[in-house]
Amino acid sequence: MSHEIISPDDSTRTTAGPQGGPAVFDSGDAPEQPGTQQKMKILVIEDDAQTRHYLCKGLREAGHVVDSAADGDDGLHQALESQHDLAVIDRMLPGKDGLTIIQSMRKAAITTPVLILSALGDVDDRVDGLRAGGDDYLVKPFAFAELNARIDALTRRRESELPATVLEVADLKMDLLKRHVSRSGQTIRLQPREFKLLEFLMRHEGQVVTRTMLLEGVWEYHFDPQTNVIDVHISRLRAKVDKDFQLPLIHTIRGAGYCLANEI
Amino acid sequence: MPPQRGTGLFRSATFRLVLIYVFLFSISVGVLLGFIYWSTAAYMEQQTDDTIRAEITGLAERYQMASLNGLVHSIDERLKRNPYGSTIYLLTDPSYRRVSGNLNGWPSVAANSEGWVEFPLEQIGVPNQQHRARARIFVLESGFHLLVGRDMYELRTTQNLIKRTLVTGVLITALLALGGGIMMTHSTVRRIEAINATSREIMRGDLTQRIPTRGTSDDFDQLAENLNNMLDQIQLLMEGVRHVSDNIAHDLKTPLTRLRNRLEDLSIKSSQHNEVLYEQAQQALLEADAMLTTFNALLRIARIEAGARRAAFSSVDLDKLVTAVVELYEPLAEDKGQQLQVTVEPVALVQGDRDLLFQALANLLDNAIKYSPAKALIGVTLRGDITGCSIEVRDSGPGIPAADRGRVLQRFVRLEDSRSTPGNGLGLSLVAAVAKLHGAEIELSDAAPGLAVRLDFPAARI
Repeated sequence: MSHEIISPDDSTRTTAGPQGGPAVFDSGDAPEQPGTQQKMKILVIEDDAQTRHYLCKGLREAGHVVDSAADGDDGLHQALESQHDLAVIDRMLPGKDGLTIIQSMRKAAITTPVLILSALGDVDDRVDGLRAGGDDYLVKPFAFAELNARIDALTRRRESELPATVLEVADLKMDLLKRHVSRSGQTIRLQPREFKLLEFLMRHEGQVVTRTMLLEGVWEYHFDPQTNVIDVHISRLRAKVDKDFQLPLIHTIRGAGYCLANEI
Repeated sequence: MPPQRGTGLFRSATFRLVLIYVFLFSISVGVLLGFIYWSTAAYMEQQTDDTIRAEITGLAERYQMASLNGLVHSIDERLKRNPYGSTIYLLTDPSYRRVSGNLNGWPSVAANSEGWVEFPLEQIGVPNQQHRARARIFVLESGFHLLVGRDMYELRTTQNLIKRTLVTGVLITALLALGGGIMMTHSTVRRIEAINATSREIMRGDLTQRIPTRGTSDDFDQLAENLNNMLDQIQLLMEGVRHVSDNIAHDLKTPLTRLRNRLEDLSIKSSQHNEVLYEQAQQALLEADAMLTTFNALLRIARIEAGARRAAFSSVDLDKLVTAVVELYEPLAEDKGQQLQVTVEPVALVQGDRDLLFQALANLLDNAIKYSPAKALIGVTLRGDITGCSIEVRDSGPGIPAADRGRVLQRFVRLEDSRSTPGNGLGLSLVAAVAKLHGAEIELSDAAPGLAVRLDFPAARI
């Protein structure tokens, strides 16, 4: 049924790259895959020591350079003082709170993408966070895979901001103007929502896309489904896009989400 | 039972009290004025009789001094002096032939034992006026008859005038009392209505309302102050209750977060060396996540109930929202062979939080799919009219017995039959909290078979 990829050991690596075959439990580096993160300079502002260490450690192990601050004032100072590729900021901080820091950054014309961390139960406040200038919102505690997927999406988004009219992955072609999808020349009929879903996956080619990201990006609502309703949509899409073809493109990344990519 | 609306003037207890008072007061005034009239009339009658007696005494003296001729002379003299007076004299011989006086004939009415008589009188030249005379009659030694009396017309007219005046007085008093009573009732009714109106607002859910006081420290103000103190207490208690689960979740979320972080760390480390350990760590992570989902839901519900999200409301297009939820769950329903029947009418925009509304509707539809058997029919309708709009989700599953319908909206309530299905018992609590936040009524009913859940949104207030 679904092509389940057992991701290599370290789920702090975003490269949930397709490996095929049996699980590999070695500690070697995963091979570079298209769409993996480059080394980035990340600022982490988080007052809870354990969470901060967890974050910094994970990000460093993924190969990034990480600056950290334990309170709002120090955090804002660092944000204004040096350039970062990404900032991960907690909402509740001693000194200045997270949203104030973001607003100050934006006023100082700093366009660094910001991922806001918020406390359990505050998921309904994401609108406030995004309005303050944040780019994404994640509720603690989160799976590292989710964090990675979102960081990836945030930083990759900046590169490919050119409007495209045709998306292509391997032999799958999507014409955005004609709303036409084909694979190996064969037309695939999709319902409007399936089209949107496939488009989202294709725009995030090679990246891990979590279920929450799909809900926000394709259905544009933020909510917690009680059952895996997204999985059913994906399996429908797979039936149309992958089933009759030799090369599977839609992969399930265990513990994280999905990824549309060319298998190498 | 819904709170009673303002009942207006006539059902007010105060007004009824006023009516009773007006009635009693009017009777008292009537009695008083009646007494005045009676005393006055009696006095006037007394006066008349005294006048008659005085005349008689005078005439008697004359008769004694100057016999019959003197009497006649006296009568003539008096009449000459006062031709238009009210005194009546009549002196007749034993055969009742007139000798002197201003009466032309002896009255045919019999006198009483003391010689008093009353008879009708007519003034010559003034027809159509019913006069009455009161007189005393005597029989003189010589057999002559003497009658001395008074024309009562003026007296009677005066008495009637007084009577009429007093009656009018009673009526005016009654009307004034009624008018004053209505004014006082109005003011009282208004103050009581202020208390009632505030109470209704409070019962509708706004516990911050307080009853207005006038600062006069009168009994209404004291009542208002006492009620306000009670409301302060209630508000404190309610917030305390809300805070309990909020506090528990709040206090436990940090240790739980750390637990999850460590488990994930463990999972990562063990994945390198030990598949069995990795598996177990993954399972433990799943359990931790399940706990966290429950805590997250609890905290969300607490925050929704606190009403903080109302500030972030925007205009929500319900028919787009319903269509999106249905479309999200359609494949899931299809997998179970269930049929989703959707009816969406165009409705006005609703002020609300679109994510919360989506979550509420998703919970309802998720429940419907989860609890309905395979091949069941599930109906989702959005209807609207001038009074507001409503969303209904109807399934053909086992339904919820009437006795449990109130309970299931509470936190953690799961009915016996569904304990084995996945879920934490907070789904409907969240729906109820979201409904309340939006001022919507939630109603659970029997879909015969199955459950129908309806959310009624009021029309937007302009």
